[in-house]
Amino acid sequence: MTAKPPFIPPPHFTLHPTNLPLPPTTPPPKMKILTTNYLTCALRACKSHPSSFPLHFRDAELQQDSLPFNAAFIANILPRIDWPALLTTATELGFTGLPAEKPDLLATAEMEADEGVGRELHRILLETQVVEGKLVCGNCGHEYAIHQGIANFLLPGHLV
Amino acid sequence: MSRPEDTLPPDLFYNDRESQKYTTSSRIQTIQTSMAQRALSLLSLPHPSLILDVGCGSGLSGEALTASEHTWIGMDISASMLAIALDRETAGDLFLADIGQGVPFRPGTFDAAISISAIQWLCNADSSHVSATGRLARFFEGLYASLKRGGKAVLQFYPKNEVQRSMITGAAIRAGFGAGLLEDDPGTKNVKVYLVLTVGAGAEEGGAEDVTNVVRGLEGVDVIDERRKGRGGGRGGEDKKGSKGWILRKKEQGRNKGKVVKADSKYTGRKRRPAF
Ligand SMILES: C[S@@+](CC[C@H](N)C(=O)[O-])C[C@H]1O[C@@H](n2cnc3c(N)ncnc32)[C@H](O)[C@@H]1O
Ligand SMILES: [Zn+2]
Repeated sequence: MTAKPPFIPPPHFTLHPTNLPLPPTTPPPKMKILTTNYLTCALRACKSHPSSFPLHFRDAELQQDSLPFNAAFIANILPRIDWPALLTTATELGFTGLPAEKPDLLATAEMEADEGVGRELHRILLETQVVEGKLVCGNCGHEYAIHQGIANFLLPGHLV
Repeated sequence: MSRPEDTLPPDLFYNDRESQKYTTSSRIQTIQTSMAQRALSLLSLPHPSLILDVGCGSGLSGEALTASEHTWIGMDISASMLAIALDRETAGDLFLADIGQGVPFRPGTFDAAISISAIQWLCNADSSHVSATGRLARFFEGLYASLKRGGKAVLQFYPKNEVQRSMITGAAIRAGFGAGLLEDDPGTKNVKVYLVLTVGAGAEEGGAEDVTNVVRGLEGVDVIDERRKGRGGGRGGEDKKGSKGWILRKKEQGRNKGKVVKADSKYTGRKRRPAF
């Protein structure tokens, strides 16, 4: 019996850091749900089609993180959240705890004291993150791969 | 020293080796951090904000945003730079994307945007057969739309020459921005140029307020507005017909219209010797 020869990379093979498994202590990199509420298909022709937003998750691998609660930030971004789109995304990812209507803007101090919707938003928008998966445009069908939390939005030349 | 953007496209220039070298240089770390802090202070954001970092690289500029409790999203065309950002565990969400293809966020997403040492790369046409002017237009139109009304952007860049400077400011103004240029350490080899942009708050409602007033309010900013046709701030008056500045401007106008014009050289606009 002969031992398996060691793996010698061919000359064109580069050890790219993104291909390497991270040491177990490092938390995996990921993308916040908040970001997906602002993201659109990169194809210009899609921007005017309602079916292109929000992009839909496919095969999403999630991770729950723990981040300091920043009430002032939630208060600042809440008006810019597209609520129906957030409900769509949350449902796709299996979250059902959100109210059907966008909650009224709470004062920062109130939110800090309250255990309610501000913290729930913090949990879903900032602490829930996508590690791997795809985002798919409902209009053109283009798939944007997410690998190690980084979404690839480079368009091939013929689509630009 | 040759400029990197004259040698290779950015995704090839910033390969694994170069990205590592760039990010671990303590000199670069210091400069990038201080420029990002300068940009942030020019933005003077009242709340913890959502900020786009254009050409975020390995996250040196973004880390200054995190330090001030802002949340940021970064776009970069170099996978190697982004891989280092991952290793450094930067807090921002990262996108592998080409800003010359646009900015894929819905209208009004960001409170503000910064860009540190990146947008001069757009002045070089890449392999995509789209002209530099076309890529600049896509970028600034996308940036304009993605900022909320009243939003601001501060973009530090290294213009190679007067033509690039006006190519970039011109593209920003055409996209609808109120624009100003700020120079730190002018006239030295450490000069730093910041393009300060505002998305006019009052402009939509009938243009009662001149958007450039917003920029004018910022300390140390030279306002470029349409009356000066978007040429470099601070230079009083128009260039004399036939002068080098005038020729460069005409050529730029030609380029913007898609014309092919002769490359600029040190001889541009010089008096020719009489021929015998
Ligand atoms: C000098 S680095 C600056 C990185 C970071 N902002 C910092 O301060 O360290 C310039 C960055 O711009 C990026 N870049 C150049 N052209 C780009 C493009 N068309 N789209 C996205 N990023 C681009 C490069 O990949 C590179 O990471
Ligand atoms: Zn699409």
